[in-house]
Amino acid sequence: MFRNVEELIGIAKAEDIAISEVMIRQEMKAKEMSREQVFENMEQNLIVMEEAVEEGLKGVKSHSGLTGGDAVLIQKYMEEKRPLSGELLLDAVSKAVATNEVNAAMGRICATPTAGSAGCVPGTLFAVKNRLEPSREDMIRYLFTSGAFGFVVANNASISGAAGGCQAEVGSAAGMASAAIVEMAGGTPEQSADAMAITLKNMLGLICDPVAGLVEVPCVKRNAMGASQAIVSADLALAGVKSKIPCDEVIDAMFKVGQRMPSAFRETAEGGLAATPTGKALAKEIYGS
Amino acid sequence: MKYRSVFDIIGPVMIGPSSSHTAGAARIGRAARNLFGEKPEHVDIHFYGSFKSTYKGHGTDVAIVGGILDYDTFDDRIKTSLETAETEGIQVTIHEEPSTPDHPNTARVLLKTGENELELTGISIGGGKVEITELNGFPLRLSGNHPAIVLLHNDRYGAIASATAVLAEARINIGRMEVSRKAEGAQALMVIEVDQNISDEVMKQLEGAEHITQVARISD
Repeated sequence: MFRNVEELIGIAKAEDIAISEVMIRQEMKAKEMSREQVFENMEQNLIVMEEAVEEGLKGVKSHSGLTGGDAVLIQKYMEEKRPLSGELLLDAVSKAVATNEVNAAMGRICATPTAGSAGCVPGTLFAVKNRLEPSREDMIRYLFTSGAFGFVVANNASISGAAGGCQAEVGSAAGMASAAIVEMAGGTPEQSADAMAITLKNMLGLICDPVAGLVEVPCVKRNAMGASQAIVSADLALAGVKSKIPCDEVIDAMFKVGQRMPSAFRETAEGGLAATPTGKALAKEIYGS
Repeated sequence: MKYRSVFDIIGPVMIGPSSSHTAGAARIGRAARNLFGEKPEHVDIHFYGSFKSTYKGHGTDVAIVGGILDYDTFDDRIKTSLETAETEGIQVTIHEEPSTPDHPNTARVLLKTGENELELTGISIGGGKVEITELNGFPLRLSGNHPAIVLLHNDRYGAIASATAVLAEARINIGRMEVSRKAEGAQALMVIEVDQNISDEVMKQLEGAEHITQVARISD
């Protein structure tokens, strides 16, 4: 069982297999399941992700009324204008937003690694899919690659906003997505690790400050940002840009930053955007006191 | 290592909006229900830390009651659990606790029906994963990821052997086990995590085993 990214890359290189394959083999061993069962379980998750994006792109609204409908706006803009940031990137953003809008509306989603950060992995997958035209198996492998990196973060740091801030949630999710994009695009395991490291470095210190305690503002747009960062980091890594700080050390730094983060910035709705005059007014409006 | 499966990371499939505050809460509630073994008449839920500050926004109360109604994380009925509890005559009281817990996402659940009572403390550690940290005053560590058996027994020699003999006979492998007690010679608690779900027959045998006073199971 790999304990860190170095070991994960080590196994992939020694056995000359992809990171997704390392994760698949480990899962088969840990759960005593066949390859078919492991793949089928992951495909069920993929189906939930597809359904969530589809629902979000039709337009949903949360109970509080704080979020919903932005995914539709972005898609419409893409149809009518030429987006400055590029079709693929904005497509990923809209699908990440769609997923989190569905989540905020108490719809059904697949946590990747959490519900609040559930948009980054599927958002990027379904956008990159249109460019790379992967097989169904490769799409499922994308989730295993993401999972492998998330597995390391969860075991060595944290994937909880209450424990480590948004860097631990959207930071981890975006990092996982960037590593998976690299593999799908034909990059090496090392390049996946570089993409993960670059993404997470750019998310360090990001606080968890949900307005009114709801997984809506700023969570939905943080997933938009996470998805776009994931794609940019993947491109950097595929171009040969390396992270000066090794991936495992970045994960450890993220953990330590999270430990020193005041509780006001760890999902308590007591700091950051939640504590702005408008944030507080919205909370009052929603709860009526 | 706290997380052992890729499906802890890519998953669970759940009703939003928060894996720790909604899905995790549902799992804590469901663990309490499974150990309690029947529909409770009275439910007291104590929220601490981030659970206390944000439970309304995340639907933590709705989710934990959903769990107590035996719903899974992806069950649509979670959304209307409070109404369902009311219709079914379950009295639910939420308590907001000001003290700072060891873990920011902590909930203590008390279930009561007649003489049957259960008190369980659970923490939601991220991504929907939970740990049960206390049961009827006994500290323990139960991930809720594997099927498990919880046994109350007399604190005396042979109690552990009598329980494990039943499992060995049924060819059930023990993944992890933990024994704790309040005082020497008093009531003790045994927690056994196993690889497969426990059948009714094995449960019956455990109930009849020497020195064992109460048995509950948590299915996968």
